[in-house]
Amino acid sequence: MSAVVSPIRKPLVTGHKTYHQITEDLISPTEKAPTKAWTIGFIISVAVLAYGVFCILWTIYVGIGSWNLNRTVNWGWDITNFVWWIGIGHAGTLISAILLLFRQKWRTGVNRAAEAMTIFAVMCAGLFPLIHMGRIWLGMFILPYPNTRGPLWPNFNSPLLWDVFAISTYLTVSLLFWYTGLVPDFATIRDRAKGMRRKIYNTLSFGWTGSAKHWQRWESLSLVLAGLSTPLVLSVHTIVSFDFATSVIPGWHTTIFPPYFVAGAIFSGFAMVLTLMIITRKLLKLEDYITIEHIESMNKVILVTGSIVGVAYLTELFIAWYSGYVYEQFAFFNRALGPYWWSYFGMMFCNVVSPQLFWKKSWRRNITITFLMSIFINIGMWFERFVIIATTLARDYLPSSWSLYSPSWVEIGIYLGTFGLFFTCFLIFTRVAPVVAVAEVKHILKTGGDQYVGENAPKAHHHHHESH
Amino acid sequence: MASNHKEIVFGLYNDEEDLIRAVKEAKAGHLDIYDVFTPFPVHGLDPVLGLEESRLHIAGFIYGALGTLTAFLGMTWIFTKDWPNVFGGKPYWSVPAFIPITFEMTVLFAAIGMTVTFYIVNGLGPGVVNKHLDDRITDDKFCLAFDKATVNEDKAISLLKQTGAVEINHKSI
Repeated sequence: MSAVVSPIRKPLVTGHKTYHQITEDLISPTEKAPTKAWTIGFIISVAVLAYGVFCILWTIYVGIGSWNLNRTVNWGWDITNFVWWIGIGHAGTLISAILLLFRQKWRTGVNRAAEAMTIFAVMCAGLFPLIHMGRIWLGMFILPYPNTRGPLWPNFNSPLLWDVFAISTYLTVSLLFWYTGLVPDFATIRDRAKGMRRKIYNTLSFGWTGSAKHWQRWESLSLVLAGLSTPLVLSVHTIVSFDFATSVIPGWHTTIFPPYFVAGAIFSGFAMVLTLMIITRKLLKLEDYITIEHIESMNKVILVTGSIVGVAYLTELFIAWYSGYVYEQFAFFNRALGPYWWSYFGMMFCNVVSPQLFWKKSWRRNITITFLMSIFINIGMWFERFVIIATTLARDYLPSSWSLYSPSWVEIGIYLGTFGLFFTCFLIFTRVAPVVAVAEVKHILKTGGDQYVGENAPKAHHHHHESH
Repeated sequence: MASNHKEIVFGLYNDEEDLIRAVKEAKAGHLDIYDVFTPFPVHGLDPVLGLEESRLHIAGFIYGALGTLTAFLGMTWIFTKDWPNVFGGKPYWSVPAFIPITFEMTVLFAAIGMTVTFYIVNGLGPGVVNKHLDDRITDDKFCLAFDKATVNEDKAISLLKQTGAVEINHKSI
């Protein structure tokens, strides 16, 4: 295909790959025995997950009393962790859907892993609302179904119920999107395999053949799912922010919350994608597919969303002062200078100050700086949710009911456990599926491969093809 | 499809541009193409093959509309007829509060409906075994296939040779 290729575009696939080499590079990690690093990582992840499961069972057995929540601070690490994980779960859909609609070809290097990360992060997030109900065996009460409790339905006016719909829809649509993208790649694995492995991958690939009509429908489906996911991903964190914004708590009751939460979600999601991909590209030797160009592109998104978040923080402060409303003013005074001042300044430093380093091009392209930055942002975004939730609640209207909060060992264990779940799932994923979308990289090879574009491209190449 | 036994002759190409050229020539020579298989979606192939635009998105719209109606009418019935309740002084039929769930259900119905339709119309699904022509089609080979029942075999082979197929094979599926 003689697609339009800009000579000033940097190549997205380096190493002069052929289609076959792409298959080899991306599929072979699933065919080899796991490396030592993988095995150690997996054992640690499963151990941490097991501890998390123990803490969850402890919570269910003993009750929410095993957490340090109290009458004043009734949302603590549980909802902080929920919002944090759901925010991380936003990058995958952003990369796969919004960047597909904008025809950003660099997404092909990272979309598969980012989508997987999204699904695992949403699973971790979904745990918290369920267990913080206390009586998890009554969890099905949140679902609207004709029941024997008389005509008794959930409250459709409540943002908490909107959240149930938003998050379950988001998880379902992300899964469908991800799996449909995986089907042709599973077929590639199948066609290289023998015996039992071939049978398993044939089942996973749904009998994919690569027929032109199937590809046409596949692209149509991907495009429409991307079109649906784009407003969906924006709606999910908007609705999460409604959990706070529709309340009458000073510091929560603000109209800036939806856009501010969405920007923060993309910000933290990209940070987590970078944390994971920098490790993965190194371990699986994917430097030709996830290049410095990809990392720089993601760092630009981080710079933009980090700055949006910074502006939102300052706007909140200004509006609190400008409102002339003493409770609102106090809420922000308390966040910055109250007993949890350290989390406020941690948030400001990690989320607003540190990403500004990325104005410098050589730092955006530096892997060590990027990796450290991604960790900083992960921490900073956790602080942000802690500031919004626990700090705000700790100092309410009545000084006599003021309180402080620190997590119990059970709450810390559950949070650690979600890391175990996340990394266990991600490590299994890197063993059973290609972490870079094989068919999609082949599709962009001639417009993004370094033998076709960039400095290495033979100038005569395109003329050669167009002359046919 | 067990009774639909087919004798296939097919050529494998190394590059999608060779394939597109071959498809053009086959069309020009009025050879009936059985199917074309590629390792990735090749843009520009559909018009040459004469494939009509997929109607999947129309199905998606219908599923989505179904989701909109289910959610909105469902909540309307529940909150005005089955279980009228005052929440926070709002009217029973509090339309703005129904919007988030209506939106989510629209997306959910459209996505599930379209994906399921996609697999059904393609004849794909868990446990489906489709006989395929060559293992390298999902790797780096582009395949143009003819059904011997509908084309002159010699003509097909000479076209495949002429257009630069690197391999020509026969298979019954």
